[in-house]
Amino acid sequence: MLYVVIIYLWTAILLYLLLGGADFGAGIIELFTSNANKIQTRKTLYEAIGPIWEANHMWLIIAIVILFVGFPTIYSTMSVYLHIPLTIMLLGIIARGTAFTFRHYDAVQDDMQEIYNPIFAYSSFITPFFLGIIAGSAVSGHIDPKAENFMDAYIFSWLHWFSVSVGLFTVSICGFLAAVFLIGETDNQHDRKRFELKAKAFNIAAVICGILVFISALIDGIPLIDWVFGNAIGIIAISAATLSLVLLWYLLYKGKSKIIRVLAGFQVTMILLTTTYRHYPNIVILKNGGYLSLIEHSGHEKTMQALALALLIGSIFILPALFYLIYSFQKKKVDYATD
Amino acid sequence: MDDFIAARSQMALSLGFHIIFSCIGMVMPFFMAVAHYYYLKTDNIVYKNITKAWSKGVAIFFATGAVSGTVLSFELGLLWPKFMEHAGPIFGMPFSLEGTAFFIEAIALGFFLYGWDRFNKWFHWITGVVVGVSGLASGILVVAANAWMNSPAGFDFVNGEYLNVDPMKAMFNDAWFSQSLHMCIAAFAATGFAVAGVHALMIVRRQNVYFHTKSFTIAAIFGCAAALIQPLSGDISAKDVAKRQPAKLAAMEAHFHTEKAAGLVVGGIPDEKAKDVNFGVKIPGLLSFMAHGDFNSEVTGLDKFPEENQPPVAITHYAFQIMVGLGMAMMGIAFLYFLALFKKKKWLQSDWLLKLFVAATPLGFIAVEAGWTVTEVGRQPWIIYNVMRTADAVTPMPGISYSFYMFTAMYVSLGMIVTFMLYRQIKMVDKLYDLPTGAKH
Ligand code: HDD
Ligand code: HEM
Ligand code: HEM
Repeated sequence: MLYVVIIYLWTAILLYLLLGGADFGAGIIELFTSNANKIQTRKTLYEAIGPIWEANHMWLIIAIVILFVGFPTIYSTMSVYLHIPLTIMLLGIIARGTAFTFRHYDAVQDDMQEIYNPIFAYSSFITPFFLGIIAGSAVSGHIDPKAENFMDAYIFSWLHWFSVSVGLFTVSICGFLAAVFLIGETDNQHDRKRFELKAKAFNIAAVICGILVFISALIDGIPLIDWVFGNAIGIIAISAATLSLVLLWYLLYKGKSKIIRVLAGFQVTMILLTTTYRHYPNIVILKNGGYLSLIEHSGHEKTMQALALALLIGSIFILPALFYLIYSFQKKKVDYATD
Repeated sequence: MDDFIAARSQMALSLGFHIIFSCIGMVMPFFMAVAHYYYLKTDNIVYKNITKAWSKGVAIFFATGAVSGTVLSFELGLLWPKFMEHAGPIFGMPFSLEGTAFFIEAIALGFFLYGWDRFNKWFHWITGVVVGVSGLASGILVVAANAWMNSPAGFDFVNGEYLNVDPMKAMFNDAWFSQSLHMCIAAFAATGFAVAGVHALMIVRRQNVYFHTKSFTIAAIFGCAAALIQPLSGDISAKDVAKRQPAKLAAMEAHFHTEKAAGLVVGGIPDEKAKDVNFGVKIPGLLSFMAHGDFNSEVTGLDKFPEENQPPVAITHYAFQIMVGLGMAMMGIAFLYFLALFKKKKWLQSDWLLKLFVAATPLGFIAVEAGWTVTEVGRQPWIIYNVMRTADAVTPMPGISYSFYMFTAMYVSLGMIVTFMLYRQIKMVDKLYDLPTGAKH
């Protein structure tokens, strides 16, 4: 039952990265769109993510609930030492979610939009950036339960080159996912071209940030190269990701806009797999060489059973409904004018 | 500001903010379902307009409720890591089921908001009902988790260790039923009165009278029905508290000394030093009756508890008085409204009844906040009653006061924006929703 829970946790994180990531990415793209094209981008974006954004965001909640019910020590340790980035991420989530809704549902479309729009765009950047920082810090070995002073305990636990690079990498991945997704959502050549350019730009940014991650891992003394290339799974996954990237660009060139989404998702899945596989089951690595493990630091047996059962039963209800939701809104275009 | 006080204030602020949105998220879908049903049955366009106008409001509230709820699930750890480390695995069951309920709610809301004219109309209607039912389910579950803090169950506490954990027993603790029942009814009462009040104001101002009268009637019937039974459920809660948390009951009633045939204090200013209540009116024997159903029974006073285990008396007492006072006021209005509906149809045309509803707009939500203050402050100094102290659970990180200021600023601005948007929504009703000809008068 423990493994059921771990699989759910991993899947929830992956889906948040993919669906929530594309969602953040849409805002990041808006941030990097020239004023002339902003309105059109916003419209495409709204039609694409409007119906499902609330559901995308649920994966984070599922992951958090799994953590605090099933792995309470991991949850509480991260909450204490990563308090500051978590708080900033939360403020980002609030600002983003509300600005997104407000700008659509405000009955009067006037100057208030000038306030909602930048809030939405900037918080779309900040939130995944800090999400990346948090993920990077967890495995960076900078969390120090024996720290003597404030800076060591609560600042340098997350403020170092590695986690910042992971943050930037996360942002560029989100932008890439969203651009690839939006290519298939437009109905005219002009926008299609724009999103293709964006996809290219974010692809390049992701590669650069990826290299930054490796360099900063060297600086901060994190055995990232060993994690990624020191085992067969890692090498296979990274090669598959690279090959599929080539395929993605080929298919994009051929005009296949739906299948490339699958490939982009596949790449991100492979990246997450590589980075988590090697140090599994340790998801928090501490300064003194200690670690918090999904296996040793899980909750009581009965709790894990109940949690696994709740997750399984929940999926029976959720998954078909979710698929039907996505399917219905992919199938027909809506007339938003009446809404 | 002291870090501990800041952490408590931040928690209280976040919960106090979230509860408003979650009440609306739980209840409005039912109002919408009724309006939507009338539209499907009668084809009267005004009901469609009501459904749509309300659903825009709900989308705003739902988004705000969802983000403030997400914040809460992190805050439990950010502010109370020691509590969550031990409590998470025990009281987590309702939270994991709640995850499912939220998810279904979010999916169904997607269908409902974006599904006009796209699906079979009854399927579309059902998705709206599903939003309400799953919202209600999540409310019940989350309150069951809170009830566990008041009435810990499902584990053995031996030498500081939590053994033999049983999450199902923890979920169905002694307090879950009375608290969840009371909360659900409260959500209907509070939202019903708030919505009815807003529409009543528009009728009094003679704007879109037809539209607002229909809306008012739906909200008022729900709100008043809930307000009528609320005191009954409150009585169940009070008897329950007397059994499981006598210190909380004593603080609620400012009941300092254990005695038989204890009187109920109405109003008054508790003096915690002198252990007495000034200026209150005492109704003989009533407290004994409320707590145990017998006018002569003994009611435990605060003197039975060591000083360091006593909750703050003044806040708890005032909050309880406010809740009960408002509950009685709402029950009175509800009584008048039903009288008007069934016997005195003329009253429905007159302004005084509507003005009464306008005045009552915020009462339900004030009562909700007061009720939660009773529950939470009355549990102090415990975070898990008789097991863990709140002071032992707080995060070791210094500087929480800054986080508190930041969240306060955030919530204040959000509150203002939501109010502002709602105001614009209501003002736009006549422009957005053309009335059928002949309906204006
Ligand atoms: C519309 C709101 C509303 C109204 C009119 C009332 N209540 Fe209430 N009350 C709540 C809203 C509420 C609440 C916010 O929903 C609480 C907080 C925790 C809970 O479960 O419900 C609550 C808690 C609460 C508690 C504490 C329960 C506990 O700590 O476990 C008691 C004893 C009462 N109520 C009793 C009453 C009585 C005797 C009322 C008589 C009129 C009353 N309430 C009206
Ligand atoms: C939504 C309605 C709620 C409101 C308005 C509310 C209000 C409050 C208040 C005023 C406090 C501060 C008490 C004090 O320190 O004196 C508090 C504390 C707290 N509440 Fe609630 N509460 C609500 C529901 C819940 C629920 C459902 C839970 C958990 C499942 C919860 C968990 C906590 C925790 C962990 C604390 C901090 C520890 C403590 O002070 O005991 N609350 N809440
Ligand atoms: C008595 C207190 C509470 C009640 C009645 C309540 C009820 C609700 C309801 C009905 C929703 C649906 C959102 C909406 O319709 O606006 C919601 C959202 C949420 N609540 Fe609460 N809640 C309470 C306290 C809490 C606490 C203490 C937590 C965290 C530990 C929490 C976590 C959440 C989360 C994560 C969401 C977002 C889910 C979504 O996206 O739909 N809630 N709450």
